[in-house]
Amino acid sequence: MTKSYRNFALFAIALLACTSAYAAGGAVADEFKWMTFAVFGVIIAITMGITVWASKTTHSTSEFYAAGRSVSGIQNGWAIAGDYLSAASFLGIAGLISLYGYDGFMYSVGWLVAYITVLLVIAEPCRNIGKYTMGDILAFRNDPKKTKTVAALSTITVSTFYLTAQMVGGGVLIKTLIGIDYEISVIGVGILMLTYVVFGGMKATTWVQITKAVLLVIASIILVILVWSPYGFSLPAYLQAVVGDSKVQGQVAKLLGSAAATMTPEELGQRFLEPGLFLKNPIDQISLGMALVLGTAGMPHILMRFFTVPTAQAARTSVIWAMGIIGGFYVLTLFLGTGAAMLVGPAKIATVDAGGNMAGPLLAQYLGGGADSMLGNFFLAFVAAVAFATIVAVVAGLVLAAASAMAHDIYVGVIRGDRATPREQVVAARISSIIVGVIAITVGILAKGQNVAHLVALAFAVAASSNLPAVFLTLYWKKCNTTGIIMGMIVGSLTAIGLVMISPNMTYPQAVTKAANKVLDGEPAMPAKDAVPAQERSSFLCELFALNGCKLAAPAKPAEPAKEAKPGTREKLVMLKAKLDAATDEADKKKVQEEIGKVQKVQDKAEADLKKMDGQTTSLMGLDKPFFLLKNPGLLSIPLGFLMVILGSLFTRDKRAETMWDELYVRQNTGINAEAATAH
Amino acid sequence: MSQPSMNWTAIDADPRFQALHRKKTLFLWGLMIFSTVYYFLLPIGAAYFQDLFKVKVWGVVNVGILFALSEFIVAWTIAFVYSKKANAEFDSMAQEIINDAHKMGA
Repeated sequence: MTKSYRNFALFAIALLACTSAYAAGGAVADEFKWMTFAVFGVIIAITMGITVWASKTTHSTSEFYAAGRSVSGIQNGWAIAGDYLSAASFLGIAGLISLYGYDGFMYSVGWLVAYITVLLVIAEPCRNIGKYTMGDILAFRNDPKKTKTVAALSTITVSTFYLTAQMVGGGVLIKTLIGIDYEISVIGVGILMLTYVVFGGMKATTWVQITKAVLLVIASIILVILVWSPYGFSLPAYLQAVVGDSKVQGQVAKLLGSAAATMTPEELGQRFLEPGLFLKNPIDQISLGMALVLGTAGMPHILMRFFTVPTAQAARTSVIWAMGIIGGFYVLTLFLGTGAAMLVGPAKIATVDAGGNMAGPLLAQYLGGGADSMLGNFFLAFVAAVAFATIVAVVAGLVLAAASAMAHDIYVGVIRGDRATPREQVVAARISSIIVGVIAITVGILAKGQNVAHLVALAFAVAASSNLPAVFLTLYWKKCNTTGIIMGMIVGSLTAIGLVMISPNMTYPQAVTKAANKVLDGEPAMPAKDAVPAQERSSFLCELFALNGCKLAAPAKPAEPAKEAKPGTREKLVMLKAKLDAATDEADKKKVQEEIGKVQKVQDKAEADLKKMDGQTTSLMGLDKPFFLLKNPGLLSIPLGFLMVILGSLFTRDKRAETMWDELYVRQNTGINAEAATAH
Repeated sequence: MSQPSMNWTAIDADPRFQALHRKKTLFLWGLMIFSTVYYFLLPIGAAYFQDLFKVKVWGVVNVGILFALSEFIVAWTIAFVYSKKANAEFDSMAQEIINDAHKMGA
């Protein structure tokens, strides 16, 4: 064993030992935790092996940022899938399907369609024109220093938003799965990811992503075979079983509330396969769709992947493979989600994690034989380990993208005026990676318990409103120039961020307090209501902003009968405790005690919310309630980003942008003089 | 690595490059517009044509599920069609230009 191998092995063991010491609670039962750690250990060992191997050929800048452009199209396709399928899409979409049926599945479509934009207009030209970063593409015909600065700022902004969401999401996920402390998870993920990036650069990151994608696909295929095979792989027979399940019907009844009273069980089950249980606002959907379809192509960590292949043809092959893998995976999630709903039940899934993130892991445990079985826990351990690999793989890609913007664009391009020695460049790249990594860990720990769900949508919105218009118009529009790029990127990103800050994504203390009080104190009895006629909205702007005198469109509502008062948790607990005292039978007592535990949990959460909001009346931006009504700003910020690039370009002249157009256009179409692969 | 200097304006003006540019532009934008329209039909249909989406066509499988699944098929088909066309046509057209590039405008 060489010295470096030994050091890595010792490090991996130390990391594992210190994490296992802090594990208590979580979805995996304590007696089976060793199994989870064993699977984690194997994955860490494999990725460390990859890093040691990759570090031997990671010396030059081209090797550090672009794996020497030696990644094949198929390998890059798997790596893109590994880079893109974050824990949010791996666990989150299966969870949404398990709780809301059709809407969850519909939500997954945009994540695949996004790659059509990447394939048709971005991947090949970027490979032909670019070197390591988005800044290189923009600087080709625009003022290098100015555009590199703006491009790097935008790259770092997008990556940091996404990175924070991944770190916080990852920390919570590992805590929910195996009970490792949040801070320890964040630090562990951070150190592991930094090890890959700093020592192995893009090559290690690529192979960690490939490993993760392969594990994810294997795990999903096994689970889907187990779920689907009892129905002879027939789609109607399988879905018939799903809609016929009483747990699924119960979930729909719960979601529909009083509207469910007149529906038969069959109708309730069928409703699970129909739209409208989760996504209520079609305009918000379209806004999100725009951000996905245009934002993916502007994501720096995805763009960067196209610099790792030797030719534009290989870039094309890699997108085709990525689309096959990503799309295939989302089709599988339809079965994972509905399978979890049918076998585990939406109620149970939501008690472990309200967002449904545990649907996949719980389904794995069930299929292996349940919570008390060895195989069930092995399955759970495997899925947990895949989730863990997912987090480190995605985070590594993001750190590399942010670090390349910092080192290659800002330090080498702007500060050193492209005169840095090759050695200096690699050192700058490694130091930047460490800086970004440390920031990611710090922000991850500081953001503990914060609402970060909006950060993923925000990252895509900024990428779509700032990066994509700039890259796209630089590549395809002759008149595009430096002023346009700078105006478009600044206005596009600031609009996206600004709109999200005043959107329903933020926390509004008054709403939280009201909801918590409702949980604790219950709802008072309501008198019967008369029928309400349908209402027309006053103008389209009212769908977007909370303006004075706005009325939103609403369908006619039938008359409602009087409602009885609903007890809050405080009252419920008193009643349950009285019931417990009265109970004589042991089985009854146990049942009531379980019930008390559940209610207590809900009460604790509501009380914690109240405490957190104590003394606050307005959101971060000083608002009582959202002013911008969509969760996704893309609908406004994307057209604005494009418009600003166009206006800025039309009103100014830039000699260099004009003279370089012929060269750019010929090169992006033919690949003449494209950066070549370095031979090994 | 030193790169030979090219007369980019001459290559750009070359009829073969212009032909490639025209073909690619038409083809790519056609596919792009089709795929975008097809994608946004899904949220629009799910919101405004729910009665259609609820029609059962294959056991409990309804139009909505088939339409969502068709989004995947359409995306894959576009990827396949584009790569066929690019591999068969665009690449060889570009290769011809690359072969003669250093002579153009000399």
